[in-house]
Amino acid sequence: MAKYDLATPLSETQIRELKVYDVVYLSGLVVTARDQAHLRALDFFKENKQLSINLEGLAVFHCGPVLKKDDNQWVVVAAGPTTSTRMEGVEAEFIAGSKVRMVIGKGGMGQRTAEAMVKFGAVYCAFTGGAAVLAAQAVKRVLGVQWLDLGEPEAMWQFEVDKFGPLVVAIDTHGGNLFSDIAQKVEFNRQIISQKLNCKL
Amino acid sequence: MLRQDKVVEEVAFELVRQAVIFLPQDVKAALQRAYTEETSEVARTQLQTILDNVALAEKKKVPICQDTGNLVFFVKVGAEFEGIDCVENALLAAVRRATVEVPLRPNAVHPFTQKNSGDNTGRGLPEIHWELVSGKTLALSVLVKGGGSENFSVLGLLNPAEGLSALKRFVVDAVIRAGAQPCPPTILGVGVGGSAELALHLAKKALLKPLGEPNEDESLDCLEQELLEAANLTGIGPMGMGGRTTVLGVHLDYAFRHPASFPVAVMFNCWAARHASARIEVDGSVKYLTHTK
Ligand code: SF4
Repeated sequence: MAKYDLATPLSETQIRELKVYDVVYLSGLVVTARDQAHLRALDFFKENKQLSINLEGLAVFHCGPVLKKDDNQWVVVAAGPTTSTRMEGVEAEFIAGSKVRMVIGKGGMGQRTAEAMVKFGAVYCAFTGGAAVLAAQAVKRVLGVQWLDLGEPEAMWQFEVDKFGPLVVAIDTHGGNLFSDIAQKVEFNRQIISQKLNCKL
Repeated sequence: MLRQDKVVEEVAFELVRQAVIFLPQDVKAALQRAYTEETSEVARTQLQTILDNVALAEKKKVPICQDTGNLVFFVKVGAEFEGIDCVENALLAAVRRATVEVPLRPNAVHPFTQKNSGDNTGRGLPEIHWELVSGKTLALSVLVKGGGSENFSVLGLLNPAEGLSALKRFVVDAVIRAGAQPCPPTILGVGVGGSAELALHLAKKALLKPLGEPNEDESLDCLEQELLEAANLTGIGPMGMGGRTTVLGVHLDYAFRHPASFPVAVMFNCWAARHASARIEVDGSVKYLTHTK
């Protein structure tokens, strides 16, 4: 469980060094995207249209933030991660099209995403669910936003972050997957519990 | 003296504000204890982040989590409480005000048109559960229920012949199926018996009970402990990344059932187990029960 301070743009070498259980504190540029923004981005990739920001080497954060406007400047109030599995159907294509090097969310992702990460050189990091105030504090500035027509939580926000973390690497480029490791252990424990409770589980 | 409906609105607003910003003392203590007892490094990291976040929310007086949930009120009202007919409107007014002033995320969406009402109210929201008793006082509790934990609620209409072992299996299965998603460590409310909807109601209401307070029924207390131990043996851990603490506490409640049916409901509260209670006395004075104003 090594600790890394990383900054965007992230290089492929940096990312391929990371292993599951490593802890990362990230500085630089992070964009938020939930289901709707992922879908919109895929349309852009398909039509070869440019996003308002080049995502190569950046991190995408599964997050629907709460913001307020102070003196015409957006300020992040709360920015916890949302459930990542909702994006499982589109994340592999998103990684291929955007060349992001890091996906941040909660709860882990599936096999398709894991395979895309090995292929393109990207990692999945888990940020503590519900820790929305800490995440908001790491956001130094809101640099921009696109697709506000999707609504504030679904829009793609560009955050400048400073030492955003702890982010736990949960899918790496070596085939490691923290959440599926745990799921296997839990299955094994199910048998032990079953004996203890004296009932078949 | 303020009119009684104004008092109700003020108290409801204050309870919502307290609940979303400050965790009850028992929940904080349980999270702290979990941190001390964890040996896995990644689990400690998660609990440390949770504790830091709780402290920062208190300091900045902002909601602990961006999902400020749907609001569920439990009203235990004396039949002679003055202004009893104004309670519902007072609760609605309090929710609208809290949405703007706390602020809360607007989370009330029409199920067919997806239109968000913008103020956390709508048909059926906030959820209000009434209990009419004799007397002149009003006891009010609010439970702030996030979507992540609500989504893993389950109801089983089990085989009565399989008895307790079916119940235990059902609860452990629910915890395993939920895994990382309801932001563990969670608190479980388990409703046993009654009808299908009564079991769910009992399970949800049980989430208001303080952690660490033994069940008044000794054999139920024993079952709560057994379920707690079993849930923690799963090894799911904080945020599903492995560890000793998957569940902070189990609260059981029950009702008599039909001989042929055995409803069991499990409700989850995430680590951000937000709730608050108060009582309005006959003279309009207010006693806050979970938080100090
Ligand atoms: S489950 Fe609870 S802590 Fe997690 S995101 Fe939802 S409301 Fe917040």
